[in-house]
Amino acid sequence: MKIRAQIGMVLNLDKCIGCHTCSVTCKNVWTSRQGVEYAWFNNVETKPGIGYPVDWENQDKWNGGWVSKNGKLQPKIGGKFRLLAKIFANPDLPEIDDYYEPFTFNYAHLQNAPEMVTPPVARPHSVITGEVMEKPEWGPNWEEILGGEFKKRSKDYNFKEIEKEIYGEFENTFMMYLPRLCEHCLNPTCVAACPSGAIYKREEDGIVLIDQDKCRGWRMCVSACPYKKIYYNWQSGKSEKCTFCYPRIESGDPTVCSETCVGRIRSLGVILYDADKIEEMANMSDEKDLYKAQLKIFLDPNDKTVQAQAKKDGVPDSWIEAAQNSPVYKMAIDWKVAFPLHPEYRTLPMVWYVPPLSPIQNAIEKGVIDTRGVIPNVEELRIPIRYLSNMLTAGDDKPVIFALKRMIAMRNFMRAKRIDNIILTEVLEEVGLTENMVDDMYKTMALAAYEDRFVIPTNHKEYAGETPFDNDIAFDTRSSCGFSFGNGCSEGSTTATLFGGKTHSNTMNGKTS
Amino acid sequence: MNNFLDQFFFGYFPYLAMTIFIVGSALRYDRDQYTWKADSSQLLRKKGMIWGSNLFHVGIILLFFGHFVGLLTPEWVYHPFMTAGTKQLMAMIAGGIFGTICLIGLLILLNRRLFDKRISRTSKFSDTFILLYLFAQLLLGLLTIPYSAQHLDGSSMVALANWAQHITTFRTGAADFIVAEVWVFKLHLILGMTLFVIFPFTRLVHIWSVPVQYLTRTNYQIVRRR
Repeated sequence: MKIRAQIGMVLNLDKCIGCHTCSVTCKNVWTSRQGVEYAWFNNVETKPGIGYPVDWENQDKWNGGWVSKNGKLQPKIGGKFRLLAKIFANPDLPEIDDYYEPFTFNYAHLQNAPEMVTPPVARPHSVITGEVMEKPEWGPNWEEILGGEFKKRSKDYNFKEIEKEIYGEFENTFMMYLPRLCEHCLNPTCVAACPSGAIYKREEDGIVLIDQDKCRGWRMCVSACPYKKIYYNWQSGKSEKCTFCYPRIESGDPTVCSETCVGRIRSLGVILYDADKIEEMANMSDEKDLYKAQLKIFLDPNDKTVQAQAKKDGVPDSWIEAAQNSPVYKMAIDWKVAFPLHPEYRTLPMVWYVPPLSPIQNAIEKGVIDTRGVIPNVEELRIPIRYLSNMLTAGDDKPVIFALKRMIAMRNFMRAKRIDNIILTEVLEEVGLTENMVDDMYKTMALAAYEDRFVIPTNHKEYAGETPFDNDIAFDTRSSCGFSFGNGCSEGSTTATLFGGKTHSNTMNGKTS
Repeated sequence: MNNFLDQFFFGYFPYLAMTIFIVGSALRYDRDQYTWKADSSQLLRKKGMIWGSNLFHVGIILLFFGHFVGLLTPEWVYHPFMTAGTKQLMAMIAGGIFGTICLIGLLILLNRRLFDKRISRTSKFSDTFILLYLFAQLLLGLLTIPYSAQHLDGSSMVALANWAQHITTFRTGAADFIVAEVWVFKLHLILGMTLFVIFPFTRLVHIWSVPVQYLTRTNYQIVRRR
């Protein structure tokens, strides 16, 4: 057993209102720069939909994630030789049009236009070529609130094994929001596919980062990541990805997307896991076992032997304590209401999702919400269960049904308790909950106060050396430069450089010429 | 070409070029690693990359090793198996084939680089320049084949190999081997050496970073300590 800790995230989709605040704040902090205008480390998609980049979930097309081949785990894009053979031109690499051609508007024209018969219009200009674009054709939230026709939307990968035609009818339409970011996987394919070894997982908090100095731009990670959450910066020639706002996490603050989430849907907390089990568990022969296999990697932070081993493996005490109060652990493991996104990619993602409840399909016809006892029948929810399970459990309906039932039970119980002043324990018994558990669920998931959502211990740099408080290692970096674009502390900001500078200036301010 | 220029380009310039090549690369690696990259433009335009880039790279890598082995193998190593004439013929045929492969790829890439707006507008001067430069150098290289065909005894090739071996082993009189060569060989040599001069200042530095260590990496996963 080798215990490591990771800051995991759970997104409660039941509460996501699709406001894109997470995307916008993330964009403003991380990707409002040349070369990554098209990149959204966090974006919110309306499902059903094929998403951004186009059809990203379909690995027959993009070859992301892993496959279990002859009992061995191997990136779907190919073993080491096959991968290197793709280095001159990667056939699996999306083109920028699969995301969208980034554009800005010539806002200045609105102010400077001479007197005209019709009011002046700001037209989109390509950030790449600088030319006027007839119309933007795709984007990170293109299918917003079911925009576009059902025919296109129905190509959504999660519709597999579903008779989807009826969902094109107005009366049967359903939708949900899916905010997406890097999954900071336990078994990341991007790391495995990087020929330069520039991508790595941090031992202390599990954050997956790209070393910008070591990246050589071979762009294998872009296609290897099944979530398409690594973006090639066409200006710097390096790949970039969600950093999980590590400078904030290190000091105990939530990521920007979590901090600014209006619906309070995001929780952050420590998960302890057994690093020795990763390979075995990612290699289950049946895809449907992958969700349960991943649960087996996680360890109970209240277990005394786990605590002792964790300490031995260098997990600080404050982290073990935080793991015991982790909202992520509670939702994913204790209550089993959160699930990984597409476990069938075998990357063991660490950003998990609570499935959304949805209105009852035939409520009006039945006059009342149909209940078996007190709990409505989950199978009658508007969003088909199989759709959710295709997304969250590789098509295994049972865990998703179980989670939804628990969430409905929580609602019924709390409604009875708070409005009618009745304790409905029979509701809880059916789904194996106790009153204490429901109280905690209610506190964590419904009320979701700041301190309950974000239980983030600070990073303990002082333990980085051989001995605690090793002066050279622990304090050496304290007063050195912080986040920079490579070159150590050199800013590299001169426009004229011997080794090739930038070709573009920032046009996102509307100055297109 | 007069004696001074011969001495300069084939006696001294090789050392200047190699020095700039090595020191320049080291400095850039040390000081500006953020700029050390392959600088692919495939994301912006996939068209032409699969054929163009693959043909170009395969061609130029084969050409590189062809030159390397051809110029630096001492005579006594290959003499037991073949005469200099045979070796010259092999070089001409192989060079012709590899050169053509590379040329086709290069033309596809050049077309993309110059006439595709997405690529031309995002190109640094050095990106376009290096392609045009390699194009010129490749044409010169292919042009040496008809010149070589005029004398199939291998003497010219032996002279060039002797020059290269004298240069790399720091022996004097290297330039004397070149004096009698045809202009096309001389120009090809000068452009070839100048390529080493501009190497550290362009995207060519990615050649240093051929990820061979990927094949020997025992673990797929990489975890860094605090």
